[in-house]
Amino acid sequence: MNNLMGADTLIEITYLIASALFVLSLKWLSSPATARRGVFAGEAGMALAIAGTLLHKGIVDFRFIAIALVLGTVIGIPLGKVAMTAVPQRTALSHAFGALCVTLVGTAEFYLRAPDITPFMMGVLSMEVILGSLTLTGSLMAAGKLQEVLPQRPITYKGQNFVNLGLLAISIIIAGILVVHPEDMYLFPAMIIIPLIFGVMMIIPIGGADMPTVISLLNSYAGLSAAAMGFVLGSKLLIIAGALDGASGFILSVNMSKAMNRSFSNVLFGAFGQEQPKAAAGEQEARSVKSATPEEAAGILAAASKVVIVPGYGMAVAQAQHKVREMYDLLTKKGVEVTFGIHPVAGRMPGHMNVLLAEADIPYDKLLEMDQVNGDLPQTDVALVIGANDVTNPAARTDASSPIFGMPILDVDKARTVMVIKRSMAAGFAGIDNPLYYLDNTLMLFGDAKNFVGGIVRELSGGDSHG
Amino acid sequence: MKLDLITSLYVFMLAAFIGFEVIRRVSPLLHTPLMSLTNALDAIAVVGAIVLAGEHKMGADPKNTMAAVLGTIAIVAATSNIVGGFIITDRMLKMFKSSGPKKP
Repeated sequence: MNNLMGADTLIEITYLIASALFVLSLKWLSSPATARRGVFAGEAGMALAIAGTLLHKGIVDFRFIAIALVLGTVIGIPLGKVAMTAVPQRTALSHAFGALCVTLVGTAEFYLRAPDITPFMMGVLSMEVILGSLTLTGSLMAAGKLQEVLPQRPITYKGQNFVNLGLLAISIIIAGILVVHPEDMYLFPAMIIIPLIFGVMMIIPIGGADMPTVISLLNSYAGLSAAAMGFVLGSKLLIIAGALDGASGFILSVNMSKAMNRSFSNVLFGAFGQEQPKAAAGEQEARSVKSATPEEAAGILAAASKVVIVPGYGMAVAQAQHKVREMYDLLTKKGVEVTFGIHPVAGRMPGHMNVLLAEADIPYDKLLEMDQVNGDLPQTDVALVIGANDVTNPAARTDASSPIFGMPILDVDKARTVMVIKRSMAAGFAGIDNPLYYLDNTLMLFGDAKNFVGGIVRELSGGDSHG
Repeated sequence: MKLDLITSLYVFMLAAFIGFEVIRRVSPLLHTPLMSLTNALDAIAVVGAIVLAGEHKMGADPKNTMAAVLGTIAIVAATSNIVGGFIITDRMLKMFKSSGPKKP
């Protein structure tokens, strides 16, 4: 007996230390200087907690555990080594895996315990499997859209919100019935299948520009479902980890929604694409734009003393970040002050642009947040927009009828000269025309971002050898 | 090691507050690694899956077999998140360099 008590206490102590290490891990992540220590703390906590769990006296069969741990590692390693451009879909996929784990454990716990389940336990168990199931399919859909195996265009139909809310309401009603009558076990599969369908339906109307918010929201759900699992299993460690993950996803979702000037419900139920038809067609053909060649662009950049580069998803698609880095090096060598203005929703997930630019070896102290950059832009000679559109659209400030009115943007139009690298005059992801392109101080640089920046780099380095 | 409801709620509330305070301070620069790190930490759900898979022997009793099978699949899913999440977070963080003292 004493011996068993000892093992249990030891397990609890490993969990306690692991919890502390998890909190420290996130605390150290606050700055790039200490962040890698944070990963180490997380790994140590994880290893400790798993080792402690294996001491659990109730475990009678280690064979399948061992096989599963090895198999998970084999799958995990390639998922850890994907290209940086694939990080958004990898993240969505890992939310799906986390949700799968939680849903399976919740399902097993239900059938092991039912019908002998207290109302509270059934309530958290329902929350666990509902959130888990909808996160599972929702994340798979998001990953599919990001990987471009599914159509990225938002798909909307009449009564969509009604259908979605209806599915969610039915799941919650089933959960309610089970809380009161846990013996109605035949209802349980429906409580998994309906949220699985809801997860798919929820992502169908989501376009690429909304992905940062949606991924954050799914992150939050994954965390909350894990915390609910902690309640079901009576595991403090799991409640803590789930609460931390849920809080993180929630903060990121709020940040993303603010950066788009939209509410959660608007992102989930307001499919941006619906506004398209009116805004796109017509009038813009008549207005004229000025364009420039790589040679002219290089000349303007070399003559500037302060340049702000604004990257967007287009830079990631064109894989232009390494050429951008070469251009950054050449300009810096010429004494031009170059910084990067990063909009919170640039790219397909929070922080996406920062990771791509860091991968290209651009020092992180040159990557500035929106507020810092907006203060600088009026004194900036050249703002160079690479593959970003809606986050630079001045209509967000001036045109109350624009669907993005009120969204905080990077005020590139306030720079002396604006240059925009863009494939064509087609409207941006949200399908909204961008008046920036018709301003007197705007030059359009038409072409693929990578090729165009490559042209600028050739021109800049050529100029070097002559002089 | 069953917890009562109120204790669980206290733990959840305190952890959520700590989470908000700590994560609010994470620079937007690192929001992508933040997401991959919290995702790896979240996969601590593996401890629940291990107990589930280990306590139930596959065999005659269908309930036990079901628990063992679901638990085993859950371990695979969570472990791949742990391994993949930590690897990619560290890879990303390694790339963040300051322009300060050492320049190539």
